[in-house]
Amino acid sequence: MKGKKKSFETAVHGVFLLLGLITVCCVLLITVYLIISGIPAIREIGLIKFLFGKTWASTAAEPSYGILSFILTSVYGTAGAIVIGVPIGFMTAVYLAKVASPRVKTVMESAVSLLAGIPSVVYGLVGMLILVPAIRKLFHVPDGASLFAAIIVLSIMILPSIIKVSVTALEAVPKEYEDASLALGATPVETYFKVSVPAAKSGIAAAVVLGVGRAIGEAMAVMMVSGNAANMPSLFQSVRFLTTAVASEMSYSGGLQRQALFSIALVLFLFIMLINATLNFFLKRTKER
Amino acid sequence: MLNAKLSRKRRRYIGFMRALMYVCAALTYALVLFLIAYVLAKGVPNISWELLSTSPSYLTERIGILPDILNTVYIVIATLLIVLPLGVGAAIYLTEYAKNKKVVAVIEYAAETLSGIPSIIYGLVGMLFFCQFLGMQTSLLAGALTLVIMNLPTIMRTTQESLKTVPQSYREGAFGLGAGKWRVIRTVVLPGCVDGVITGCILSVGRILGESAALLFTAGFAHALNGIFEGLTSAGATLTVALYVYAKEQGEFGAAFAIAAILMGLTLLINLAATLTQRYFRRKKA
Repeated sequence: MKGKKKSFETAVHGVFLLLGLITVCCVLLITVYLIISGIPAIREIGLIKFLFGKTWASTAAEPSYGILSFILTSVYGTAGAIVIGVPIGFMTAVYLAKVASPRVKTVMESAVSLLAGIPSVVYGLVGMLILVPAIRKLFHVPDGASLFAAIIVLSIMILPSIIKVSVTALEAVPKEYEDASLALGATPVETYFKVSVPAAKSGIAAAVVLGVGRAIGEAMAVMMVSGNAANMPSLFQSVRFLTTAVASEMSYSGGLQRQALFSIALVLFLFIMLINATLNFFLKRTKER
Repeated sequence: MLNAKLSRKRRRYIGFMRALMYVCAALTYALVLFLIAYVLAKGVPNISWELLSTSPSYLTERIGILPDILNTVYIVIATLLIVLPLGVGAAIYLTEYAKNKKVVAVIEYAAETLSGIPSIIYGLVGMLFFCQFLGMQTSLLAGALTLVIMNLPTIMRTTQESLKTVPQSYREGAFGLGAGKWRVIRTVVLPGCVDGVITGCILSVGRILGESAALLFTAGFAHALNGIFEGLTSAGATLTVALYVYAKEQGEFGAAFAIAAILMGLTLLINLAATLTQRYFRRKKA
């Protein structure tokens, strides 16, 4: 009886161990699949030609597969979203964490989580019908679907991540720091920005990195407002991101073109892994403090 | 107050920063209100009973989103049924069984990595693995399985957090009465993590409703009306995918906005549900 019970417990333990390892298996599965399916096209095209080639003409008679324009568009688009989104998100976070009354804070926080919950296609739809025509009229360009429209949409979409993570970081600042600063004669506002913010800087850095990850990985909303032509990035021109390059041609692609799309996904994945590593670095620093 | 004694430079700095904070917070809030109002105002007039209760027909040029609604329901059910045991099991392993700190660190790192991977990559790998390698073709089930991987970290994290709040003394008491580990988990630990599981479910439903990039190549965009079992093995668009197709490929903005308004309503509802359950369980525990 005792032996039976013991072997039963061991079996249960084994089952839970398998369940526990499932995330690890998923990560391995994704990594292995992306590498296996992404390498062949890079080999055939040549790494340098693939990464730094300026023209993408996958359906031309003499196809050329250079993704420099996609990489640069993704980098510029993300940078633009950060430049606009981070200051707004950061200031909102300071307000929420330090100034706002509890009631205002509850209302604002639920508004922010709503912003996070809105599906990306809804952002895309609103962008298509408000932002794109507005940009066409304001800047007198033939088509408003452009890098600029994508940057605006992305900067709105990264706001919730930036606000939430920054608020958490700012709230974790020990009250003694702030009290000391106030006692030395600094005003509350000076205390928030010269004491609390520097004390929460790794958390805020983590928020920014999280925003970068969100922005670089977004596909659908960007696809709906960026015009989707494989141009080198320019603010008021139709552009294609790494994500949208994969999404827009996948349904009708075949052969080397399809393999090249997998290679683009692999490049995107490497970017994301790099961002994840940076994020973990900052989060770890926050925890250690 | 003391402000009168402050130097002009300091006063200017304070005023500027304060104004900036208020402007940014107001901007964020106004943005949310505007988005809700705009989508509802444009979408609600387009919602009709005919739209909700029929499937689209090219002959009569009718647009109906009943198949998309049903597909969404099927995919939510299928995903939750699969992800719940996996996610809860993984969380139980981490909090109850795992002794090796390295193993825990690896699993948690993997979960963090999963939650950082963009959905388009999930869609691609889902297509390669579920649709092609496992031979499921483009089907709701393949889409659901892709979403299972995406939602695994969410369920794991919420369950883990609530497991941590189950007092250690409960477990010790049960062990002291001679219960085996499995019995302790089944009778003491599992009931204690109901709140985490429910929160996780709500968050996951929200994420599934909003997902589109991962489903485009795994679940496809057909609009056929099916029962649940037929539906899971055939291709079908969820509401978000249908919105994308109507807006981007067909230029049917009326239908697109109707779907957007429905999605917005559901998002509001899910947020409300999440807040209320959180409050309920917090009060219950206190």
